[in-house]
Amino acid sequence: MLEALNLDCARGRRRLFEGLSFELAAGQMLWVLGPNGSGKTTLLRLLCGLLQPESGQVRWKGEDVRDSRESLHVDLLYLGHAPAVKDDLSGRENLCFGLAQSGIGITPHEADAVLGEFGLAGRETVPARALSQGQKRRVALSRLALGAAKTLWILDEPFTALDAQAIRLVLGHLTQQLGRGGCVVFTSHHEVELEGHAVTRLQLAQ
Amino acid sequence: MTPLGAAPVFAAIVRRDLTLALRRRSDVLTTFFFFVIVVSLFPLGVTTQSSVLRSIAPGVVWVAALLASMLALVRLFAPDFDDGTLEQLALSPQPLVVLMIAKVLAHWLVSGLPLVLIAPLLGLQFDLPVQALGILALTLLVGTPCLSLIGAIGAALTLGIRGAGGLLALLVLPLYIPVLIFGASAVSAAVGGMSVSGHLSVLGACLLIALVLGPWASAAAVRIAME
Amino acid sequence: MRPNIWRYASPPEFYRLAGGLAPWFLGVAAVLAASGLYIAFFVAPTDFQQGESYRIIFVHVPAAWMSMFIYAVMAFWCAIGIVFNTRLSFMMALALAPTGAMFTFIALWSGALWGKPTWGTWWVWDARLTSELILLFLYIGFLSLHAAIDDTRRADRAAALLVLVGVINVPIIYFSVQWWSTLHQGASVSLTRAPTMAATMLAGMLIMSLAAWMYAIGVSLLRARTIVLERESDAEWVRELGALPQ
Repeated sequence: MLEALNLDCARGRRRLFEGLSFELAAGQMLWVLGPNGSGKTTLLRLLCGLLQPESGQVRWKGEDVRDSRESLHVDLLYLGHAPAVKDDLSGRENLCFGLAQSGIGITPHEADAVLGEFGLAGRETVPARALSQGQKRRVALSRLALGAAKTLWILDEPFTALDAQAIRLVLGHLTQQLGRGGCVVFTSHHEVELEGHAVTRLQLAQ
Repeated sequence: MTPLGAAPVFAAIVRRDLTLALRRRSDVLTTFFFFVIVVSLFPLGVTTQSSVLRSIAPGVVWVAALLASMLALVRLFAPDFDDGTLEQLALSPQPLVVLMIAKVLAHWLVSGLPLVLIAPLLGLQFDLPVQALGILALTLLVGTPCLSLIGAIGAALTLGIRGAGGLLALLVLPLYIPVLIFGASAVSAAVGGMSVSGHLSVLGACLLIALVLGPWASAAAVRIAME
Repeated sequence: MRPNIWRYASPPEFYRLAGGLAPWFLGVAAVLAASGLYIAFFVAPTDFQQGESYRIIFVHVPAAWMSMFIYAVMAFWCAIGIVFNTRLSFMMALALAPTGAMFTFIALWSGALWGKPTWGTWWVWDARLTSELILLFLYIGFLSLHAAIDDTRRADRAAALLVLVGVINVPIIYFSVQWWSTLHQGASVSLTRAPTMAATMLAGMLIMSLAAWMYAIGVSLLRARTIVLERESDAEWVRELGALPQ
C-alpha cells in the first residue's frame, strides 16, 4: 500500500540517504532505525508529503503522493515530535479540534473516554498548560485510539517518555491497527515487539 | 466518530482560533489599544486645529489600522508553528487553501473587526463629519480583511525566522499601499462631500483579488516553511 | 546541430558558459555607455524648457526601465525554479536582485537630481518616483528574506514566492499610486512626462538603456558564478577547478 521508490534526500549540505526503496503491504509495520541525525524524522516527513525528495517517489495505494496529496491525508495519521497540543485548550478540546482537523468528528464523551484510557481521567478539562510533558504526550497519543479510520499511521518516537503501562497501551492500539489491515511506520530507540506481527526494519546508514 | 466534510472542518478551525483568542484576551486587547493610542498621538504631535485634523484623519486612522493589523499578524501562524499544530493543519484532508481562509477569518474577527467598530469614535476626535464616519467604518470593513489576507502571506513566509517582526513589516507594508491609498482617499472624498462609490468599488476589487490569491499564496508559503 | 539548452541548467556547464560570456557583455556595455553618454552630453540639443539639467533623464529613464525589467526577469526565473525545481533558476534570481536594487536606487537619486533644478524640491511625490521607492522596498525585502533563512532551499523558495506575489502587486501599486498622484498633484508636476523628444534624445536614451541591459546581464552572470561556487563547494568539479594549475 505504501511504496518508496529510490528516494534521495539531502538536508543542507548533508546527503541523508540515496536510492532508498521499500514496500509496505496492508497489516505490516515498518520500524525506521538509525543513530541521531541519520534522517529518520526527515524520512517520515517525506512519507507524509511535508517534504519533497530530491528525486524518487512516494506512492500511497498506487498513486504518487505529490499528485494526490489529499487522498493520502484522508488516510494518514501523523504524530510528530511536537505533541501538537495547544496550551490554552483542555485535553478534551485539543482532541476534538485535532481530530476535526483530520476529518474525524468526535463527541466530548468519546474524547473523555479515550483520555481516561490513557490515564488522564479527571484531567480532561484542565488546560494543557497545567499538564506535564508526559501527560501532553498522552493527549497526543490518545488520537491513536480514535484513529481507526486512518489506514496509515506514521509515528515519530511514539514511545518516548512513556511508562511501561502506557507503552503496553500504545502497542495494543498498534496491534489493532495492523489487525484492521492498516500500516504503521514508526521510529523508536526502544526495541519493539508485537504479538503475532512481524516488524520490518529499515536501517538508515550513518 | 463521524467523518467530517469541508464545512464542519472550516467551522471547527474558526471556533478553535476564536476560543484561543478569547482565552488570551490580553494579546487581542493590546492590538486594539495600540490602534487607539497611535491614532490619538497625531493630534498631540501635529496640531489640534480642526481643519487640519479633518484633512489628516483618513490617512492617520488608516495608517494606524495598517500598523495594528501588522502587529496582530505575528499571532496568526507563529504559535501554531511552534507547537506543531500548523504541521497537522498542513496534513488535513481538506485543502490547505480553504483552511487558510478559516484561520484568516478567525484572525480578522478578533483583530480587524474591533478596529472597524471603534474607528467612528476615533473619527469624532478628529472632528470628522457624520457621513465621513460611516464611510470610514465601511472602508475599514472592506479593507481590514484585505490587510489580513495579504498579511497572512508575509506571516507564513517569515515563520521561525529570527527578527521576523521587522522583516514582516518590510515585506508586507509595500503590499498594503494600494489598500491604504483607496481606503484613505474614499474617506477624504466623503469629508469633502464628493462621491465615494468609485473608491469603494476599487477597494472591493482589492478584497476580491486578495480573497482569491491571498489564501493560495499563504498555503504555498506555509508548505515552504514546513520543509 | 541543435544545441541542448537544458545542458546549461547544470551548474558546472553554466559556470563555464557564464565565464565566457560575461566579459563580452560588459565590454559591449562599456562601449554603448560611452556612446550613449557622448550623445547625452554633447549631441542632444538643449531643451528650451528645462535647459541643461534635463540631461539627467539619460540616466534616470534607463535606470527606471531596468529596475522594473530586472524585477520581471527575476519573477520569470523564480517561476521557472518553483515549477521545474531547478536550483540554478533560483541562483539566477538571487544574482539579479542586487543589480536591480542598484538601478532602482540610481533611478531615485537621478529623479531627485532632476527634480531640484526643475521644481525646486529634492523629492516629488509623482507616480514614477513613488513606485520606484516601493520597488526598492520590494528588492530589499527579497534580499532580506533570503538572508534571514538559513536553509538555502527554503530561502530560495520563500523569496521566490515573495517575488511572484510582488510582481502581481507591482502593476496594482503603480496604478494606485498614479491615480493618487494625479488626484493630489495634477499632471503638471510629473517626471513621467519627459520633454518633447528630439530624435537624438530618443536615440541617446535607447542606447543608454541597452548599455544598462548589457551591464546587468554581464554583472549578474558573474555574480551567479560566485553563488554557484559557494553552493556547490563540496562538488567534484569545484575541487577540480581549484586543482588546475594557475
